[in-house]
Amino acid sequence: MSMPIDSLTARIEGIAFWSNGLPSWADAQAFVASGALPENAATKPSPQLLPPNERRRAPESVAVALDVALAACAMANRDPATLPSVFASTHGDLSITDYMCATLADDPRAISPTKFHNSVHNAAAGYWTIGAGCMRAATAISAYDASFAEGLIDALAQLADGAESVLLVGYDTGATGPLRSVHACTGLLGGALVLTRSDANASGPRLVASLGDGEASAHGPLGRHAGGNAMAPMLPVFDALAAHAPRVALHAGPGRALTLAFAYD
Amino acid sequence: MLSATTRVSQVTPLAITAYTATTALGHGRDAQYAALRARRSGLRRNDFGEGTVAAAALETWIGRVEGVEDLRLPDSLADIDCRNNRLAWLALQQDGVFEATQALRARYGAERVAIAIGTSTSSIGCSEEAYTRFERDADDALVFPADLRRPLLHTPHSLGHFLQRATGLRGPCVTVATACSSSAKVFAQAARTIRAGLADAALVGGVDTLCGSVLFGFNALGLVSERPCLPFDARRDGLSLGEAGGYAILERIDDADDARIGLRLCGYGESSDAHHMSTPHPEGLGARNAMEEAIARAGIAPSDVGYLNLHGTATPANDTVEALAVAGLFADHPTLHASSTKGWTGHTLGAAGIVESVFALLALEHGLLPGMLGSEQRDPACGPQIRFDNAEGEIRYAMNNSFGFGGNNCSLVFGRV
Repeated sequence: MSMPIDSLTARIEGIAFWSNGLPSWADAQAFVASGALPENAATKPSPQLLPPNERRRAPESVAVALDVALAACAMANRDPATLPSVFASTHGDLSITDYMCATLADDPRAISPTKFHNSVHNAAAGYWTIGAGCMRAATAISAYDASFAEGLIDALAQLADGAESVLLVGYDTGATGPLRSVHACTGLLGGALVLTRSDANASGPRLVASLGDGEASAHGPLGRHAGGNAMAPMLPVFDALAAHAPRVALHAGPGRALTLAFAYD
Repeated sequence: MLSATTRVSQVTPLAITAYTATTALGHGRDAQYAALRARRSGLRRNDFGEGTVAAAALETWIGRVEGVEDLRLPDSLADIDCRNNRLAWLALQQDGVFEATQALRARYGAERVAIAIGTSTSSIGCSEEAYTRFERDADDALVFPADLRRPLLHTPHSLGHFLQRATGLRGPCVTVATACSSSAKVFAQAARTIRAGLADAALVGGVDTLCGSVLFGFNALGLVSERPCLPFDARRDGLSLGEAGGYAILERIDDADDARIGLRLCGYGESSDAHHMSTPHPEGLGARNAMEEAIARAGIAPSDVGYLNLHGTATPANDTVEALAVAGLFADHPTLHASSTKGWTGHTLGAAGIVESVFALLALEHGLLPGMLGSEQRDPACGPQIRFDNAEGEIRYAMNNSFGFGGNNCSLVFGRV
């Protein structure tokens, strides 16, 4: 039997963030440093990749995912069309699930075709590849409260499998309608990383990941700020990167943790 | 852009040490093989659903799995009972796959075995049901009925969570939900996970059950036929929806205890159309990129492929575009046998990838190359590779195409040694 190799490495070339009150990574970093919230923060993400008419109509999940995806690529100075991508979301878009279920219960033949194709879990990935003109692989996953950790595992595995650089996006929406009785999920949250092979000519924090039994790190300032969202289990990573912490553990399934060690140049 | 073949290099194949499918054709591999050979369709007139979904009486044909309603889950899984998980359990009991997962646990350790499972709608049927019988809470707000107030049934990972509990496996566990390419992409996802050293083996597959969302969603898009679907037929006018579950087990060849059947995952290719949410790229560029990448990873030439299971949904757009892509890539390989098996099973959406991978594996193991059911008048876009009749012949490599909404494409190459 081959020896288990439980660690994977990358450079984090791009980081992006959007939550209610903290609509950029710069705002998130300032908040972690000083506790200050920006004044007049944008209340909605504005995904510049979409044409203006689609930008207004885009589902919230798509808007936040595309906003952070583009910002992470810009920081990494990578052309979005060149990157394979991993879109991780716990629930997809809960307001569209609410619409689909309510319409089926009321009048199934009234379902909107656009809402239906927006209901697929890979809607954000689809709009991203269309908007970016990206023909590379895109995947959309869920692993419930381990979604971001599993997305990160797949992104690192793609680097190990030959990709030079991979875009990872985590996002979730708040629950609407009767779904609130099963998902106590509030606010809108998105985070994105551009991860690049550690042997490539790249800058940014170095990351070494290992998977094992364990528990997630406690929430920091961002976790306390946006902890009501289903993608909150990703927040320890963004808190750690903002504070230049050397180590953090992410929830990676029942009793499992993905431990990340960071080195900052 | 760069062609797919310049990006990827050949990979070491993985052994497929168990595989199974449960569809409208029956439970397990033998039932699939017998129906494919006898050219017996599993489609029936739509009899699915309750309440408003049944009352709206969509005129169409469906591939419904028998025995799901009567199945009882073990008591230890009763708290996550739902139609999708019942089908997941039913399919898991076929062809020794459940026993194989337990053998993997013992051999490698539970935390060294990954799960990658595909679905498009998971157990959304439960959420749909909850909306038909709300209760009101103390503040008079509408809430789910108490028996359905179980968060893990109303989320895509319902399926991955179910399999994690049903098998006791503790490795990376992911539900892949890229619509109709989901359970093809799980092979790529699991292969990467194993190659990166994060697992020694993986349970892959997909489960999708019929539900109001897909019946009336595809109907809203005008993509549902009133007749049994006719893939690649000039008269085709849409798809027949189906449901299914299936699995395969991947291990490194050197580690595999049971490589006796000699089946391999040789290559995988994934691409995006970058074109439209629900319409394929007009020249089939994304489809072609996925096929080329899978063939490049397998380290073979297009002329080495003996059977290609097409996505072939029988919508006017899909089949034209896929025929174009096949005619282009296999221009020098007119003897390729390519077909869509949707006339047998219906389009099983997030389970189509695993079901049709199982059909490709059956072709490798038994030399049965399925044609198409119902289709008679060839669409002008069809090249000589696209076959309506069954054939027999020993082949070394078989492919499967799965394409999904959002322009999400995956192709797989399987081999036999």
